[in-house]
Amino acid sequence: MVGVEHYVVVATILFVVGIFGIFLNRKNVIVILMSIELMLLAVNINLVAFSSDLNDLTGQIFTLFVLTVAAAEAAIGLAILVTFFRNKGSIDVEDVNVMKG
Amino acid sequence: MTVADFAFYTFAVVTIVAGLSVTMARNPVHAVLWLITAFLSSAGLFVLLGAEFVAMLMIIVYVGAVAVLFLFVVMMLDIDFAELKSEMVKYVPIASLIGVILLVQLLLGVGAWVQADGAMGLRQSVTPDMTQIDNTHAIGLILFDRYLLLFQMAGLVLLVSMIGAIVLTLRHRTDVKRQNVLHQMWRDPAKSMELKDVKPGQGL
Repeated sequence: MVGVEHYVVVATILFVVGIFGIFLNRKNVIVILMSIELMLLAVNINLVAFSSDLNDLTGQIFTLFVLTVAAAEAAIGLAILVTFFRNKGSIDVEDVNVMKG
Repeated sequence: MTVADFAFYTFAVVTIVAGLSVTMARNPVHAVLWLITAFLSSAGLFVLLGAEFVAMLMIIVYVGAVAVLFLFVVMMLDIDFAELKSEMVKYVPIASLIGVILLVQLLLGVGAWVQADGAMGLRQSVTPDMTQIDNTHAIGLILFDRYLLLFQMAGLVLLVSMIGAIVLTLRHRTDVKRQNVLHQMWRDPAKSMELKDVKPGQGL
């Protein structure tokens, strides 16, 4: 019988895969954004799993808002990426040094 | 093993393998396609959990909008991905180390997890009987009643992000001819054409 723990383990592995992807693709901003989407997906799986386990719909409602923020974040991130590529001609994170931070 | 268990393990394995492939894919277009696979199989997981509305929303929003947005940007920008991938091997040890450490820590947390005594009493919106009312109907009743303000705020977030994306990417190029609508509307036929009376044998 598959219980809530199984879903939580899947979500944990997916979250770690997202972090792994961020460290692995240090240069490629597009894959970093995709890894962030994977991490948000893991959070959503957790929320829905506990919503189903506790018979509480609030978790699913919250998933909708996480989804909204994920979509907004992807749109803004890719818009910044396009602008950056126009100015610099690359998407390498190490080229983001205009502010000398 | 029942059909539901088999479906769970299939969707779970596909989700994780697709997630790993997103991070490891050589070609970013393939990475986006793996991302779509991960979203589709996690939508399957949501269906197994009885959250059909969230599952369908996942497919519509992520596969239909976010993944297509990624695909669009990957194909629009002329990027040398081979060069970006060249240093990936260098980061494999540190990324694996951090990944394994985090995974072990989080799984230790999952192993020690217990439910609080009053957890059932703290529920905010108890799921109604699913034989009487389906998932989408129940979510709608709660979302447009108790969470109406949050719902409107989510709409505001989307509006701001839409305006932000347009403002960020809009540019006025000076090296191309643009249509000036007002200029066209104000054009006067009487002034735009001139009649010349050409005398025979003289020309202009």
